[in-house]
Amino acid sequence: MMRWLPENISTYGGDIDALLSLIYSLTVFWFFLTLGLIGLFLFLYRRRDGRRAAYVRGERPAEAAWILIPAAIVLVLDLWIDHRGADAWAKVKGHIAPTAYRVRVTGKQFNWEFLYPGPDGKFGTPDDLQLDNELHVPVNQVVHGTLTSKDVIHNFFLPNVRFKQDALPGREVEFWFQATKPGKYEIPCAELCGFGHSGMNGTLIVHTPEDYQQWVKERWPSQ
Amino acid sequence: MEAIATLPGAAAAHRGKVGIWWFLASEIMVFGGLIASYIISRMGGPGWEAEAHHLSVPLASLNTLILLTSSLTMVLACAAAERRDLGGVRTYLLCTIVLGLAFLGIKAFEYSGKIAAGILPGSAPFWSFYYTMTGLHGLHVLAGIVVNTLFFLGAAKVVRHPHRVEMGGLYWHFVDVVWIFLFPLLYLA
Amino acid sequence: MTVSVQEVPGVGSEEPVHQEPTGFWRRYIFSVDHKMIGRQYLLLSAAMALVGGFLAYGLRWQLAFPDTWVPGLGFIGPETYNVLITMHGTTMVFFVAMPMLLGGFGNFLIPLMIGARDMAFPRLNMLSFWTIFTGSLVLLASYVVPGGAAAGGWTGYAPLSARPIYTGVNWGLNLWLLAHAIEFASFLMGGVNFLTTAMTMRAPGMTFFRLPLIVWQELTAAVVFLLSVGPLIAGAVMLLMDRIAGTSFFVPAGGGDPLLWQHLFWFFGHPEVYVVLLPAAGLACEVLPVFCRKPLFGYRWIVYSTFAAGILSFIVWAHHMFVSGMDPRLAMPFSITTILISVPFAIMVFAMIATLWGGSIRFATPMLFALGFLAMFICGGLTGIFNGSAPANIPLHGTYFIVAHFHYTLLSGVFFGGFAGLYFWFPKMFGRMLNERLGKVHFWLTLIAFNATFFPMHFLGLAGMVRRISNPLQYPSLEPLQAVNVFITLSAIGLILAQVPFAFNIVRSLRAGEPAPANPWEATTLEWSTASPPPHDNWGETAPAVYRWAYEYSSPDAGEDWLPQDRLLALKP
Repeated sequence: MMRWLPENISTYGGDIDALLSLIYSLTVFWFFLTLGLIGLFLFLYRRRDGRRAAYVRGERPAEAAWILIPAAIVLVLDLWIDHRGADAWAKVKGHIAPTAYRVRVTGKQFNWEFLYPGPDGKFGTPDDLQLDNELHVPVNQVVHGTLTSKDVIHNFFLPNVRFKQDALPGREVEFWFQATKPGKYEIPCAELCGFGHSGMNGTLIVHTPEDYQQWVKERWPSQ
Repeated sequence: MEAIATLPGAAAAHRGKVGIWWFLASEIMVFGGLIASYIISRMGGPGWEAEAHHLSVPLASLNTLILLTSSLTMVLACAAAERRDLGGVRTYLLCTIVLGLAFLGIKAFEYSGKIAAGILPGSAPFWSFYYTMTGLHGLHVLAGIVVNTLFFLGAAKVVRHPHRVEMGGLYWHFVDVVWIFLFPLLYLA
Repeated sequence: MTVSVQEVPGVGSEEPVHQEPTGFWRRYIFSVDHKMIGRQYLLLSAAMALVGGFLAYGLRWQLAFPDTWVPGLGFIGPETYNVLITMHGTTMVFFVAMPMLLGGFGNFLIPLMIGARDMAFPRLNMLSFWTIFTGSLVLLASYVVPGGAAAGGWTGYAPLSARPIYTGVNWGLNLWLLAHAIEFASFLMGGVNFLTTAMTMRAPGMTFFRLPLIVWQELTAAVVFLLSVGPLIAGAVMLLMDRIAGTSFFVPAGGGDPLLWQHLFWFFGHPEVYVVLLPAAGLACEVLPVFCRKPLFGYRWIVYSTFAAGILSFIVWAHHMFVSGMDPRLAMPFSITTILISVPFAIMVFAMIATLWGGSIRFATPMLFALGFLAMFICGGLTGIFNGSAPANIPLHGTYFIVAHFHYTLLSGVFFGGFAGLYFWFPKMFGRMLNERLGKVHFWLTLIAFNATFFPMHFLGLAGMVRRISNPLQYPSLEPLQAVNVFITLSAIGLILAQVPFAFNIVRSLRAGEPAPANPWEATTLEWSTASPPPHDNWGETAPAVYRWAYEYSSPDAGEDWLPQDRLLALKP
């Protein structure tokens, strides 16, 4: 199952994938147990001449235990999943480490606008640069983004980073990620946003440090 | 020694009341949803008191009194029906209907005043909620008036099946109670 | 001697509820008979299923062969595609699943199973059907108004849905909202009827814990619907105001909040899926004991689980909103409540499996479908564990993994649970037996095509294919997976075609099927104690009295392997 996931290139992607693996193991276990028992019972207890079904109501504690104890095991395993998940969630959606790499992401019908603060590191100054559909980041650096929308709800989805967040008009959501491998990756919009939703797809470009310097030089030549 | 007899309509009366209570439970959730949305939106949005000052508390207080009185007359109509008092049923239903119409009349006066002053549902979030909540409530009052009018016109039948007007009474009290919530939330807060 | 007069609630009414109708209109069209109304709901849901299925065919064709001419539909542009996916969801949930499972089976079965002669409010019942019929017409009308039908997804998120300019759809979305309001009213009427009937009209001896499980499921579904739909009705009014009255409840530019819509929608939306699921599970739970000749295992525990699921369903809704922008601190509480709700369903699944143990199993068509429901629902429930954990939800939300999940949980209910019910009660409803061989063909084709259609969607979702896109080839990462999309589309067409034997079976059996005896399955619940189909007043002269619970199969106290609820045994208590 895990091989279907896109390549993980983020520092917290591993936590998410580990959780998915854990859940997968547990669900596969329950799947084979339940379907196996069903198959077995269908075979063992098919109608045969001279054999009457057992009169078992399953309401007395001794009998009900057969369904209540497995249910309790389900509960315990489920709570364990949530316990493991709490850390992963806090990592992704919680505290953002300080970083020089900021970007403002605005979803609109029908592309992603990326606003870079430029060499001065501040938004709202003349050296700000807006690019459509291109998110340039250096590898192995924390990137701190601010997400919003100009019109309807979009969803900023970085499959390779294991990051996803709705972009809401009138609201700013802070997020972060740290890419671990250079390359080009997709940024599909994952929330129906109108007739241009299909094909609303940006590109995440993760640069090596040298390439990133090169890109900065090209974009801000005078600095 | 006691003999116990069952009135022929007793089962039907019981069913009617059970039914109307379930219906009212769903209606509580409708207005509950609106009221909760209003409260949460208001807590997050400053400046709503300023808008609310455009409302007339005295007028709404009068409307509250009108609606409360109409609940009283509704109870009296139900009591009259139980007593098989055709005249009483007619009188008190008529009072309830008139009071309900008075309530709607005052609301219409309020609405027209606001609209003339340029205060529309889209003017500010407070007004969006004001018009929607009181509008939906007003529609429910209107429905109650229609039902009461049907009872009034068919009073002879109502007297034979008093549980029907009792069901209508439960609905009318519910509509009254919703107003008891709307009034302070919109006018007094 | 004093005479005290008291009401005697709970006694099955002996007064004739309504006269037997004469004439075509009173008998078949404006009927107040719950049995006829139940059949009308089934017919409506079948007709709307054709519409919903056609929409699925269209959207799947576009996905597999983008921008080609779709037979029967023509070229599907992105605007049309958004209409297809929106109306497919709306039609299937509100105009197929609910009318079939609640309106159809609930209406037909509840009075019969409790030993009553009809519902508490027969005329309200008739009104409820014609109300949803009207709602269906309003929904269909929305296709032909200028601007076309609703295109904001069945979830209608704002601001996309709140301002016509964002979708280009004007009256279509307004009519969509109106159709919802109308069908909500219809189901509220039905819910009031179900609950009042079960509370006040059970036959003597039919205590609550002797009710067949399906009745519990229908009642719980009715309560859950009744209490959860209110906030969405409020929300729908507010959305309509945003669209036509210039308000901005959900539009930030005017001071509103898009998340408010989501909270109102999902506060209802999540309980709603259990409103659909519980009756479907109930249908399967009715069929299993009959064909195992064995009591339903843990009946009482299943009932308690049903209550638990109903209550918990009200506090899980924000698991649809983990990445919505709501406060991230809400994610863990809702993950926990979501994980908790898996427990009552686990109990139900385990109880159904335990029912098989030690049984004497016959593989008639209703049984095959009941088993199919069990297996498919297990798959759907297991993928829910992925979705319900907030961090695991991050890569999966808004992808085809979710589409797979809800089809395995909901469509398994409608298809496998619904067909189990249809094959099982068809003889009672129509007085004819269905053809067994055609039934088995239908089952196997449906089972295979269902899994072929929806299982691969899990993989597409993991790979990052997002929902509601009309052309996967616009995404470089999805191009290599296009063969999967083609496979799914062909399987979906197969799934639709697999229903042809069923349709043929129904039509042929209605006209020339073997006449059905009163109790062809040797089942114990009350509806089998009367003729197939039942007489107008259900029971003839004497309504039944009940002496035992609903699943007395293979009892050591009886010679036969089944003991009806209403048979008096002159034996030890």
